[in-house]
Amino acid sequence: MLEIKNLHVEVEGKKILDGLSLTVKAGEVAAIMGPNGSGKSTLSYVVAGREDYEVTAGEILLEGENILEMDASERAARGLFLAFQYPVEIPGVGTMTFLKSALNAQRKSRGEPELQTPELMKRVREAAKRLEISQDMLKRALNVGFSGGEKKRMEILQMALLEPKLAIMDETDSGLDIDALRIVAQGVNTLRAKERAFLVITHYQRLLNYIKPDTVHVMAAGRIVKTGGPELALELEKNGYRDYVSEAA
Amino acid sequence: MPAVRETVETVRSIDVDAYKYGFVTDIESDKAPKGLREDTVRFISAKKNEPAWLTEWRLDAYRRWLTMREPTWARVDYPPIAYQELYYYSAPKSTEGPRSLAEVDPELLRTYEKLGIPLREQEVLAGVQNARVAVDAVFDSVSVVTTFKEELAKAGVIFCPISEAVQNHPELVPKYLGSVVPVTDNFYATLNSAVFSDGSFVYIPPGVRCPMELSTYFRINEQNTGQFERTLIIADKGSYVSYLEGCTAPKRDENQLHAAVVELIALEDAEIKYSTVQNWYPGDAEGRGGIYNFVTKRGDCREARAKISWTQVETGSAITWKYPSCILRGDESRGEFYSIAISNGRQQVDSGTKMIHLGKNTTSRIISKGIAAGRSENTYRGQVSAHRRASGARNFTNCDSLLIGDRCGAHTVPYIEARNHSAVFEHEATTSKISEDQLFYCMQRGLSGEEATALIVNGFVRDVLQQLPMEFAVEAQKLIAVSLEGSVG
Amino acid sequence: MSTEITQIRTPAEKALISLYTSEKDRLPGNDAVKALRTEAFAEFERSGLPHRRIESWHYTDLRSQLRDAAPLFTAGSSEFEDSLRHVQPKIPEGYALVLLDGVFVPELSDLDDLPEGVSVCSLADVLAKGDAALVERLAPKGLGTGDPALSLNAALMQGGVVVDVAPGTEVAKPLILLSVMSAGALHAAYHRSLVRIGAGAKLTLFEIVDAVEIGSNQQNGAVVIEVGDGAEVEHLTRISRQGADAVIINSVLASLGANCQYDGFALIADGGLVRRQIFLRFNGEHSTAGIRGLSLLSGKRHADTTLVVDHAMPHCTSREYFKHIVADEATGVYQGKVIVRPHAQKTDGAMKSRALLLSDSASMFNKPELEIFADDVVCGHGATVAQLDEDQLFYLRSRGLPRGEAEQLLLEAFAAEAVEKVRNEGARERLLTYVSDWLAARK
Repeated sequence: MLEIKNLHVEVEGKKILDGLSLTVKAGEVAAIMGPNGSGKSTLSYVVAGREDYEVTAGEILLEGENILEMDASERAARGLFLAFQYPVEIPGVGTMTFLKSALNAQRKSRGEPELQTPELMKRVREAAKRLEISQDMLKRALNVGFSGGEKKRMEILQMALLEPKLAIMDETDSGLDIDALRIVAQGVNTLRAKERAFLVITHYQRLLNYIKPDTVHVMAAGRIVKTGGPELALELEKNGYRDYVSEAA
Repeated sequence: MPAVRETVETVRSIDVDAYKYGFVTDIESDKAPKGLREDTVRFISAKKNEPAWLTEWRLDAYRRWLTMREPTWARVDYPPIAYQELYYYSAPKSTEGPRSLAEVDPELLRTYEKLGIPLREQEVLAGVQNARVAVDAVFDSVSVVTTFKEELAKAGVIFCPISEAVQNHPELVPKYLGSVVPVTDNFYATLNSAVFSDGSFVYIPPGVRCPMELSTYFRINEQNTGQFERTLIIADKGSYVSYLEGCTAPKRDENQLHAAVVELIALEDAEIKYSTVQNWYPGDAEGRGGIYNFVTKRGDCREARAKISWTQVETGSAITWKYPSCILRGDESRGEFYSIAISNGRQQVDSGTKMIHLGKNTTSRIISKGIAAGRSENTYRGQVSAHRRASGARNFTNCDSLLIGDRCGAHTVPYIEARNHSAVFEHEATTSKISEDQLFYCMQRGLSGEEATALIVNGFVRDVLQQLPMEFAVEAQKLIAVSLEGSVG
Repeated sequence: MSTEITQIRTPAEKALISLYTSEKDRLPGNDAVKALRTEAFAEFERSGLPHRRIESWHYTDLRSQLRDAAPLFTAGSSEFEDSLRHVQPKIPEGYALVLLDGVFVPELSDLDDLPEGVSVCSLADVLAKGDAALVERLAPKGLGTGDPALSLNAALMQGGVVVDVAPGTEVAKPLILLSVMSAGALHAAYHRSLVRIGAGAKLTLFEIVDAVEIGSNQQNGAVVIEVGDGAEVEHLTRISRQGADAVIINSVLASLGANCQYDGFALIADGGLVRRQIFLRFNGEHSTAGIRGLSLLSGKRHADTTLVVDHAMPHCTSREYFKHIVADEATGVYQGKVIVRPHAQKTDGAMKSRALLLSDSASMFNKPELEIFADDVVCGHGATVAQLDEDQLFYLRSRGLPRGEAEQLLLEAFAAEAVEKVRNEGARERLLTYVSDWLAARK
């Protein structure tokens, strides 16, 4: 599904990713764990196509196709979804308007017919119910005045609606209390499917109690320094990142 | 910020020539001789068969105009206007005589059809059920047709060209004409008083809620012709009216002058809602051509609890000089001003409002959204003033500006004047650009840079769009996307 | 159609013209300086006294408000000599530089104790020598150009000081620029000073507009400030002991280098007609300017604060914060213009003006202006005019405070908020005391 080869990335001349390689297969849930400043968020932004990040070497392949030359919306249309660590507020833009615009923009670029409002409403309502998102929230401007937990649930709702092939969850657990965490994780788990891959980026092992990963990667100093099974996350929880940080340095 | 840069590039490369109302109607017209003299004023007055008092009123204005100078305080820049090179009157020949839909020149009907204006009484606006809108269509210097007149008359509402009102309503016109914008008000208003040709007249009798939206559609067609329309709306005690004006003009390389005057009078407990979607030809990307839109619009809340609300969506014109204002004379009267002003290419906008608090416990509200792109200059200029005896005056002002690209300017010039200690005025303003975070977020969800920009801008102006009558809000929203992106479908 | 407008000279304008004619040969300066004076006065004659049709003077119409222009007192006159004895400049916590009627008086100034790195000379000497480079710096290009009050100041400046703070010098005690008007008949003073703060230096400059006794004098003073790269300057201004007919024009022309910090604060509580104007420009990146002030206006006072903050360079921050308490028949004016030039990206500008009106006949005029030509900026302004909050008053009264005391408490809190950012502790305390006294005396 996703293949990253020897990725080097700089921001304003500063090296952030330093020869990172990573493969995520269809159906797989891969976790990336790492200390602050290891480049986790940069990785998610670069894969999603945020500009201001200079890729100095390497490749990112989505289903075998190099996506580096595509802009963010083209990557989204190809099935890439990023659940933001800090979802952005867009004043004045109604949540429903936004959902409809996004979904239909993607469908249009894939050559699919646009979804009509009643059908869209139905899908949104169903997803909203599962995620305990109130109708009132759907009526407000996108993310404006939402609490941290509400914003994260809205991200999952969008993911459910857009049905991506690869979903990157950037620190989705940050700022969530235990109830919100459970709802979000359930939302993710119901979307697990054999044709869909997840890349779950997190600092803490806690989230992985709810979203069981198939693979755990440890990231430090801009590359993957160790790969293992779920047990690796537990080990990290116990011993911290100290060993890996010094090793990478 | 590459994403923004890209949007900026897109906006820059806009073919401002994408203006879709830029066609010319080929129709024979009857013009006054070029230039402006007393004779011209007499010619116009005679054409309209006006009573002596009005001819004198015009001549008085003309004489005063000769002693006046063009205002220079606005942040707009244009070469001197050769007033003697303009035509001050132009009328399609075929419209002389009685006017009914059946008699209107088919060429004119086709023109309005192309503009999307329904000059039919049996149909509704596309996609909106049960929306009936009465239209007064003004073509250059004359009104060519007014629809739904009979039905409105049943409710007691008078909706007709002002030239007709002058003939038929001597009890109203002399009493109210010039009572809000005096003859000597300013250079352009005085010029208008001398040469005004047509425009709409509305009277809503006491206690009547006007049964449908009223609208006037202004079209400048003829070359080297100024349009000087005059609109007068009177809402008698306890009445309500919602009125909308729209405007377009052909693409021409020369600038054309449009100096209108609009006067609103709201009596006790009456409410007037006045909306404008201004889409005059803005000129091409290099700033050639386009309308000089120098208009004076003022509403007088003359009696207690009167309410006047201005909503404007300004996307056209090479230069806009326009300050729809409210005089809050009646106690507890209320004024509102909601504005979206978008400038692109080389457009210059200097627009805003005046809220003059004179009565007791008067309130006003100003929401202004300015968007500057390309090489345009966009200025909000607004005055809020409470006079000595205006106890309990309240104002809230919010003006936000958005810049798209680094070659345009956005300016905010408020004048906040409290001469009464019980006034409470709050003013806030911000200027920023579309945030990179918002753009990226939208693009990550699949929207292209252009779509994302349009979506965010529409969110930015939403508070104002909501003030428009529903039938026009959708139209305005599209217009905003078009004026920013040039992506005419 | 262009009707020729013949300007009718007001009595004050006529008096200024004859004042200049009679004084010009006595004013200090070599031929080059005299030529500059002539040019400046010609400019003033063209514009005349500023009036409401001049946008930046819209709310302070000197043409109608200035009834007459007073003559100058000059050094050596008996009034001047007499007043010398009355000036008590010794301010223990600072180094005083004294101007009497616009003329620098070295014998009253703390020239002997000046710390290392600080040098002072008389403006009159500088003008007499006419060092072209130095004279040019007295009127920095693009700051307040064309302002009629500044033209008048340039034409008539009698004296002032030129202060140099060497790079890296940290001046421990404030430098006090004390401009005193002598007693006696109505008279005027015009002065201009230049304060150059070298790179990395630190200075507190305290400007006091004062008088030997409360009178109706006229003062037109200007301070040119150059803040070097990485320097830190706090510039405090107080206008005191001025009668209800006094006319004070106080101009600041500040140029900021890179990575520096300028903080200004002014208290206006005295004088009949006060116009304080600040023209500030960022000439380097990553600098910060805070411009703040408090005006306490009673009687028929008219105080106008007008700012032009010019973000000519990217990555600079400005904060403007002004408060007015307007009582009786007084008038407060605040005009603040923030300009962001093309390419001055990442500018961060926030301006706030808040006013409380205490009486029926008090007036407040606010004109906060933004003029923005760069897109990647965050700029905003807020302006409010209101009265004391009745809910707050009621709350305090329900706790047992009489209305007067409750009002005083709220007004003090309102005013103190403006004073809080003053860094110099001694000055801050004195300002707060002054505010309390003013409020107490109001009743």
